[in-house]
Amino acid sequence: MQSVKFRLNGNPVTLKTDPTRRFLDVLREDLSHTGPKEGCGEGECGACAVLIDGHITNSCILPLGNVDGRDVMTIEGYRETERYRVLEEAYIAEGAVQCGICIPGMIIASESLLHHNPSPTDDEIRIGLSGNLCRCTGYNMIIRAIKRAAERGKGLW
Amino acid sequence: MVSHAIPKTYAEALEILKDGTHRVVAGGTDMMVRNRAWAGLPPAFDKPLLFAFNLPELKYVRVDEKAIYIGSMTDLETLLHHEDTPSLLREVIGEMASPAIRYVSTLAGNIVNASPAADSLLALYALDAQIVLESVEGKRVLPIEKMILGPGKTVLDHDEIIAEIRMPKSSFTHTAFRKVGGRRADAITKVGFIGCAVVDDGIIRDLRLIFNAVAPTLVRVKSVEALHIGHAIEDVLDDIETITHHYAEHINPIDDQRSNRAYRKETALELARHFIKTLQ
Repeated sequence: MQSVKFRLNGNPVTLKTDPTRRFLDVLREDLSHTGPKEGCGEGECGACAVLIDGHITNSCILPLGNVDGRDVMTIEGYRETERYRVLEEAYIAEGAVQCGICIPGMIIASESLLHHNPSPTDDEIRIGLSGNLCRCTGYNMIIRAIKRAAERGKGLW
Repeated sequence: MVSHAIPKTYAEALEILKDGTHRVVAGGTDMMVRNRAWAGLPPAFDKPLLFAFNLPELKYVRVDEKAIYIGSMTDLETLLHHEDTPSLLREVIGEMASPAIRYVSTLAGNIVNASPAADSLLALYALDAQIVLESVEGKRVLPIEKMILGPGKTVLDHDEIIAEIRMPKSSFTHTAFRKVGGRRADAITKVGFIGCAVVDDGIIRDLRLIFNAVAPTLVRVKSVEALHIGHAIEDVLDDIETITHHYAEHINPIDDQRSNRAYRKETALELARHFIKTLQ
């Protein structure tokens, strides 16, 4: 069986396993990274989101074979960054976290958005979050949190 | 047993495809859902897969004075932000899925998936896209409407891969795109429409009307378009109800979980009539 090599949160990983497996299952079961969650399992809810070369991607519909040679960051690696600390403070300050299950995906979506657009408008934030469902907050607090992070973290993105 | 392949180069990929044993997967966003198994089990596929999404030779956007040339593994989010992407295609991509899906979606995947409801195909039909298919035997180039036969069915041979999508440069005085879906993001289209026209001094010089989710393939009927080209817009407007008659045999939607036949048919025709009314 062909091996798949990639970087996970900065560390090289080599796996000999079926490359058609969902990357979400590989992360959670083989690599014990349980930050990405399974919500819908078909790319609609964003709970499984991870960063691939800095871009948000749904790991539940991503075959492992497409991760070969790429740079992956999950919430476990992202939480060690200064940008994460700015987002964490903003999410807490705006009351943007309720039950929490969508939040790893929301943080990944926030990072992907701010990385490509450091000072987004409300509409651009809504587009950036359009693949992430939250059933608690009604989104407004999350949008305010991202605006706050963009202001307080100026220069980080 | 033949196993899945993750080629490092395009030449290696064509060599592996030679025997017709593998199925090419691009981003995989449709295949992974369609072939989904119970939690923890790998998805079930009828053939070993060839993972093509990361092939560097197939990720490019080039332009010259005549056309735009898009490498088949270029993702839709890249196209959305690329300055050379035709504005109509950009408008359509902006309404598709979500950023997380667009980063791993490709036009080639949309073409081979051949969904009657595919949004990107509306733009490819409207812009007269040419599809470049390649195998170790060589290349062939087909217009998009010759490429797609029905839902999930294309003329792609077992040893072929889509290499490139080409669109000739075009300009219009009027364009309209309308996707009718359940929500703004991540919605599969109930019915969709693109209209493009060139109107000069009250005369219709070019007219293209494309519909999706109303038949087994997208609908573009050049013979009906030709009936209007060369005519004064006032004359076409006087006779606008005949469009229902012209498309009667072509617009033939189904009832399904997203919508129903009657709604789709009436909406598709009304979108076309409305577009023509905006041409005056």
